Amino acid sequence: MSFTQTEVNYEKIKHRTMSFFIHIFLVLVSVSCIFPLWWAFASSLKTQETVFTDHSLFPASPHWENYANAWTKADFGLYFLNSLFYTTIVVIGVLLIASMAAYAFSRLRFFGKNILFFILISTMLIPIPGSFVALYVVLNKMHLINTRLGYILPQINAGLALGIFLMKTFFDQLPKELEDSAAIDGCGLFRTYWYIALPLARPALAVLVIFNVLAVWNEYLLAMLVLQDRTLMPLQRGLMAFQGVHITQYPLLMAGIVITTLPILFVYLLLQKHTINGISGGLVKG
Amino acid sequence: MNPKTKQIAASYVFILPALFLFLVFSVYPFFKVFQISATSWDGISPDAAFVGWNNFKDIFFDNPVFWLSMKNAFFITVLALTIQNLLALFLAFLCDRDIRGGNIYRVIFYLPPVLSGIVVGLIWNWIFDGNYGLLNHFLAFIGLGDICRAWLAHPQTALWAVAVIHLWKGFGWGFVILLAGLQSIPRELYEAARVDGANSWVVFKNITTPLMIPVFILVSILTILGTMQIFDIIIATTGGGPGYHTEVPMTRIVAMIVGASKLGYACAMGVIFGLILLVLSLMQIRASKMMRQV
Repeated sequence: MSFTQTEVNYEKIKHRTMSFFIHIFLVLVSVSCIFPLWWAFASSLKTQETVFTDHSLFPASPHWENYANAWTKADFGLYFLNSLFYTTIVVIGVLLIASMAAYAFSRLRFFGKNILFFILISTMLIPIPGSFVALYVVLNKMHLINTRLGYILPQINAGLALGIFLMKTFFDQLPKELEDSAAIDGCGLFRTYWYIALPLARPALAVLVIFNVLAVWNEYLLAMLVLQDRTLMPLQRGLMAFQGVHITQYPLLMAGIVITTLPILFVYLLLQKHTINGISGGLVKG
Repeated sequence: MNPKTKQIAASYVFILPALFLFLVFSVYPFFKVFQISATSWDGISPDAAFVGWNNFKDIFFDNPVFWLSMKNAFFITVLALTIQNLLALFLAFLCDRDIRGGNIYRVIFYLPPVLSGIVVGLIWNWIFDGNYGLLNHFLAFIGLGDICRAWLAHPQTALWAVAVIHLWKGFGWGFVILLAGLQSIPRELYEAARVDGANSWVVFKNITTPLMIPVFILVSILTILGTMQIFDIIIATTGGGPGYHTEVPMTRIVAMIVGASKLGYACAMGVIFGLILLVLSLMQIRASKMMRQV
């Protein structure tokens, strides 16, 4: 009796020590993820004089005016509004165009449907790193270099393949009865799509929103190739432009980094279930 | 108009916007890249001189920097495939057990992947800085002041430092996918194996690994494609320097467009780089299939 008792305790202790060390390890990794971000935030509240000597994680006298300066004098307000504009337009564009095309691919019959879908999806899988050079050439020909449209259209296009794929998968699983009865009631094709299919597809749309918000907000390469005017630049490009000119103004640069990062953190934490499930679910199942 | 033709017309209206963008910004550039790669063109003058294979010849025989950049990207890729993905797998294993706060860890580990490469690069710039860098402060504090240096500006350490930044940004992404894979394995399989007296290693080898192979393939291919095309982190930290120590294919191609205005040459580099990526992915699939048979 006493023998089994000690064995049980031994198992229990072993299990507890084990999970103690596991947690220590996981916490250490977590700290390594968060620390650089917090460091940037803490530094954004210091002054140019103290930022390299004061290593506190909670500055004693926080200089919030750095944010006002970053917003107005360093133009991060301008970049922020640009980023907001680009992200909104691209996301709306992708949602509309991808869901319409996916609806056609899922519900309608037309010539060349399967081949078209196959070609579209294969661009998602085949890497064509060189084609951004040709994209630059195309934009140049269309006189879209250094315009907002030239930055928006390629990014809508970039979101389409995944968007159509996800939305078609979703529409395929959706029962057709509701739409059929709407059609019998004389509801046209577009109205059926708009009032019945699209509202039902909200979970898939949420995944698309988060994917595209992250992609567009964090985009740099295209912004670098297409946009030269400061007034057109999004945040990522603005950060690089700022650090190129004012390399030593660390607190303002860090404030710019925080301004760039906060919205994405907010969206991520708000929709984190959709984000993580969307990424893992979409990939592992697909 | 009869209903059938009306329906067909409507279908085309539905796919037309997508089709238009796709043709103009994906299909046309894809073919255009091959055509431009056979020319010498600055991107501005109306006609480009046809030069045949000259760009490709030059890249293969006269452009050691491009191949060095390929080697650098390959080096980072190998580190990502091993260190980053093993860490991701290990963490996924730990979180696959029913531990408290598993979801919080998941949210935190996925933070670096949602940040932009530019933001990550700029922050780490400071950590690795020679004069004010946090890493040097820490090393001096624990008595290793001798090895302090400007990690991103030193020829011996620059590529490693860039790789560390990339791994830091990437492991959470691998973790999330691998964890999803692990969680899709039915628990009953594990229980049955335990009842049969199998130990952890046997369970890992005979149940987890075979079921996870498709996920491993997916993660490896995406790691290869993502890491070989690394760009934002490099631009925000070293810009390819010191010398050519952290040049990668993407920085070389962009330098040809922005700095040198040699668009034909840039396209030829893009074609070669694209083919190499394709071969790498196919090799990965082949290797994984062979492993599955063993």
